[in-house]
Amino acid sequence: MADILPTLLFAEHDDASLNPVTARALTAALALGAPVHVLVAGENAQAAAQAAARLDGVAEVLLADGPAFAHRLAEPVAALGVALAPAYGALIAPSTAVGKSVMPRIAALIDVMQVSDVIAVVAPDTFDRPIYAGNAIQRVRATDATRVLTIRTAAFAAAGEGNAAPLRTLDLAEPSAHSHFVGEDIAASARPELTAARIIVSGGRALGSAEKFHEIVEPLADALGAAVGASRAAVDAGYAPNDWQVGQTGKVVAPDLYVALGISGAIQHLAGMKDSKVIVAINKDEDAPIFQVADYGLVGDLFEIVPELKAEIAKAKA
Amino acid sequence: MKILVPVKRVVDYNVKIRVKADGSGVELANIKMSMNPFDEIAVEEALRLREAGTASEVIAVSIGPAKTDETIRTALAMGADRGIWVKTEEAGQGNTVEPLTVAKLLKAIVEAEGPSLVILGKQAIDDDSNQTGQMLAALLGWPQATFASKVVVGDGTLDVTREIDGGLQTLRLDLPAVLTTDLRLNEPRYASLPNIMKAKKKPIEQKNAAELGVDLAPRLEILSTTEPSGRTAGIKVASAAELVGHLKQAGVL
Repeated sequence: MADILPTLLFAEHDDASLNPVTARALTAALALGAPVHVLVAGENAQAAAQAAARLDGVAEVLLADGPAFAHRLAEPVAALGVALAPAYGALIAPSTAVGKSVMPRIAALIDVMQVSDVIAVVAPDTFDRPIYAGNAIQRVRATDATRVLTIRTAAFAAAGEGNAAPLRTLDLAEPSAHSHFVGEDIAASARPELTAARIIVSGGRALGSAEKFHEIVEPLADALGAAVGASRAAVDAGYAPNDWQVGQTGKVVAPDLYVALGISGAIQHLAGMKDSKVIVAINKDEDAPIFQVADYGLVGDLFEIVPELKAEIAKAKA
Repeated sequence: MKILVPVKRVVDYNVKIRVKADGSGVELANIKMSMNPFDEIAVEEALRLREAGTASEVIAVSIGPAKTDETIRTALAMGADRGIWVKTEEAGQGNTVEPLTVAKLLKAIVEAEGPSLVILGKQAIDDDSNQTGQMLAALLGWPQATFASKVVVGDGTLDVTREIDGGLQTLRLDLPAVLTTDLRLNEPRYASLPNIMKAKKKPIEQKNAAELGVDLAPRLEILSTTEPSGRTAGIKVASAAELVGHLKQAGVL
């Protein structure tokens, strides 16, 4: 198998830093058995490229740096992917907003049917993926010569760091696009990012208001050094911003510890967090479906329990 | 301008699906089917653009076997002007119409109809692929904005606010363009009884894949469909202190 074509992994990054989901997607990419090259497309993205070169198992980092790749808009990044595709046996990206936007565009242009949201690499051409909001798992074999995959990163462990892979700068013509960046509104937060957090504290509709969400959920999260999540019901009710949403229609997460406060456990929410290592549920309804997936359930009034819990955690950490 | 809205008939979002014991798929017999919820949002957005005077006509298109016309009829009852139905064989093992195929069929319809905008749901709630809109945009060479939560029409352009990781991004697209909808774009209307009656008289043109010159053969071989590995309920604890004790023991604090 000396002539096996390498795998191209699209890094998720913001130019300045590499998003940790990249290291998880790398584990899936390495499972295909071919050398893995990581593509960093951006503007002033040297730092992200250097971070990618440190990931264990990376054979080479390709850096496409220029104004055309600023904000990683789908059209220019897909055009770059199409130009690189002939040299690769598989094109892979984490299932992020960027990956989901770019990869199907590439797949269509090279006439490949993409496999979305891979949760297991069974063989280099065979993958497991969730369908029906995770209520069924489909095993598919890709018959196209090139594979295009997006990876549900919560299902893969992160590759380690300690490598020093060579970095190659791509000298490609700047592709033009009919879409133009106007602006971005990214919430600045000192908390870890949801998809990368080791601990997540999520709130549901039982919080009752945005004020209570802020007063109850956020201090517990901060006591634990956790990211804050929310159920769709809480987001729809305006208690929390949409990018905090955990579930099939939001983010899919798998932290070491997931604490669900006042979340009933609708199927669509469970689909987004049921792969967490340890799940804690606090809810006053003892029949709430969330208790069927919780390792530790506490039935009661969260407005009383959460402050107690916060005090106990402070004690435990002292 | 004309707007094309592709809609998909899927298992109703309230139905708890059952995986067939032989691993051949999901039980679809005698199951309530509905329009994919993200596609309802797409229809609604197109209707709002027509009502605002921006769009002149809204065409609903669907690809699928017998009864798919019911879903097109739902779009017509919401207010779409006419429908196009690309009729396919009954879905079964080995003849899934994949997103790439759907994108090719839609491309042929776009070329025939000449819309300036195609609005699709960001994903269908059955296969959860999240591919068709992006693939269609690529095949047409059009710009795209996925996960739209706000759309403002300009002069030959479209400003689209998108739900991205960590917040919102706004893009300006040159028309023609492809949009995919996210949940918060709008709240779709219900079809009123008079509109349901009126929809019965609206035309649905029937086409087949062969006349559109598209090969339906799937590229992914579905080997099995299984239940996800379940989680079992753990224990109930009586107090915050007891909970913290367990969490310390589990090594997650």
